[in-house]
Amino acid sequence: MNTNYHIKSYCSIKNNQVSLNGSVVYKDEEESFSPFIKAAYKDQNTKYPKFFKMDKLSKLAFLAADVLLKNENLNLEEENNIAIVFSNKASSLDTDRKHQESIQNKESYFPSPAVFVYTLPNICIGEISIKYKLYSENSFFIFENFNATHLLTYSNSLLSSNKADQVLCGWVEFDGEDNYEAFLYLVSTEGTITNSKQDIIKLYNT
Amino acid sequence: MSKVYVSHNNIISSLGFTSEAVVEKISNEVSGLQRIDDKSILPEPFYTSLISTEDLQENFNKRNPKGAYTRLEQMMITSLSSVIDASNIEINDRVGLIISTTKGNIDALDANNPFHKDRAYLSELGNQVKDFFHFKNDAIVVSNACVSGILAVAIAKRYIQQGTYDHVFITSGDVITEFILSGFNSFQALSSEPCKPYDANRTGINIGEVAASVLVTKDADALAKEAVTILGEGSCNDANHISGPSRTGEGLYRSMQSAFTQANISAAEVDFISAHGTATMFNDEMEAIAFNRMDLSTVPLNSLKGYFGHSLGASGLVETIVGMHALKNNTLYKSLGFETSGVTKPINVITETTKKNINRFLKTASGFGGCNTAILFQKTN
Repeated sequence: MNTNYHIKSYCSIKNNQVSLNGSVVYKDEEESFSPFIKAAYKDQNTKYPKFFKMDKLSKLAFLAADVLLKNENLNLEEENNIAIVFSNKASSLDTDRKHQESIQNKESYFPSPAVFVYTLPNICIGEISIKYKLYSENSFFIFENFNATHLLTYSNSLLSSNKADQVLCGWVEFDGEDNYEAFLYLVSTEGTITNSKQDIIKLYNT
Repeated sequence: MSKVYVSHNNIISSLGFTSEAVVEKISNEVSGLQRIDDKSILPEPFYTSLISTEDLQENFNKRNPKGAYTRLEQMMITSLSSVIDASNIEINDRVGLIISTTKGNIDALDANNPFHKDRAYLSELGNQVKDFFHFKNDAIVVSNACVSGILAVAIAKRYIQQGTYDHVFITSGDVITEFILSGFNSFQALSSEPCKPYDANRTGINIGEVAASVLVTKDADALAKEAVTILGEGSCNDANHISGPSRTGEGLYRSMQSAFTQANISAAEVDFISAHGTATMFNDEMEAIAFNRMDLSTVPLNSLKGYFGHSLGASGLVETIVGMHALKNNTLYKSLGFETSGVTKPINVITETTKKNINRFLKTASGFGGCNTAILFQKTN
């Protein structure tokens, strides 16, 4: 296994708290996901009106990616070949349930394209790609639990085959207001943490 | 890097329950699409292709299932069974399983569905298939919109070249549900007649039901007659819009560039393109632009949506399988539903099924979220 790759930075959003590289950057004691993510968005000065049209999974993934990538000081005038490899357990089920509700009763039948488009987990990758102009490799995987081995194998493959210069990997789960978690990390040739199963799991659990 | 092959394969669809039976129907220009008028699924009549429930149950029961399986699980297990049988590979820890689907058992969310709502978790679908065949590794579920089926092939190759697996079985599928049809209908993307990819009078998509499975392997021995080598692949984002394709075909163009660079071949060395061709105005136009940017405008091209409709998570894989048989049979299959070009850039749509010596093809797909995938395949025999 190639050990030339490192974890350059990492970000997590869980328990009403946003952390970047192990330090809390925003915290909110009281609220459930929806008011929390809105407050975190404002606090982080994200300024991206499309955010408010996104479903909850996309809001979660987008904000985590934005906090992490903003800190990278990317030159957005140039292309950044950063692949995105995301995973979760619940796919887009939160929005799927919403679409199902809109068609369940024929008396109140009203399917909406603005909801239906988010019934795919990879839409959140599209949102991030649009914001950061990432014309790069992207894929969404579903696992029962956080799967460090898979993310390691797949990021190594993309980097060693020169498909990407860096890979934004992670777990973005939204399965109800009380059951959400984002953990993203950027794999690169720079950085001090080894891109190894052990270190990925250690960061995920902190 | 070791070579990676796509070998044994199966298609379960309205056109038959083996790849050979399906390809035979395609060579006779038979479409599996039919008109359905069922208000419990959609307020308006629509065209789709449906797997025969009777045939599915008969074939599935031959596998001696214990317990209750959803329609999609029955489709996937029946399809994958025949590939595992043909492959004659021991299922050990060097064998991977990839499942490609967009919505999985989404019908379990319906209040009238007999299965528990938790069956809609895609990891549960993965576990059902894994446990049925006693795979040693957990299923890798790929859910990347309409490129899932072809992306799964690229992922299998990457896993094999990373040394994780020697062989990967892929099964793919989606079922026709009110959930999916009502959603596409809300986008006004559904056609009320058989779809006409690239045609001037195209009016949108038909959604179809297919399960398709393949073996991806690094073992050059015991390959199927129609096996192909994966020459190169790429999967790039449009970074443009979440529900509409890029006007410049950016992501598809870059996916093809990535695949061609890895394959180290030129556009002139491709004998045909198995394109996505959903028959929406924007998709087909975008593809024509991207193919022109790649200097592929004269390469014979088809969309198979006129035979099966758009089978979502299975579409890229079923179309790859038909492409493999096209190489073996040295035949370019007609793009059903096309008469007059309705895209602004020249493309060479196959209007008649033709015998021709062919060695390589390009498979492409594009989907919501701005995703695109391209893979180049070469005949092995």
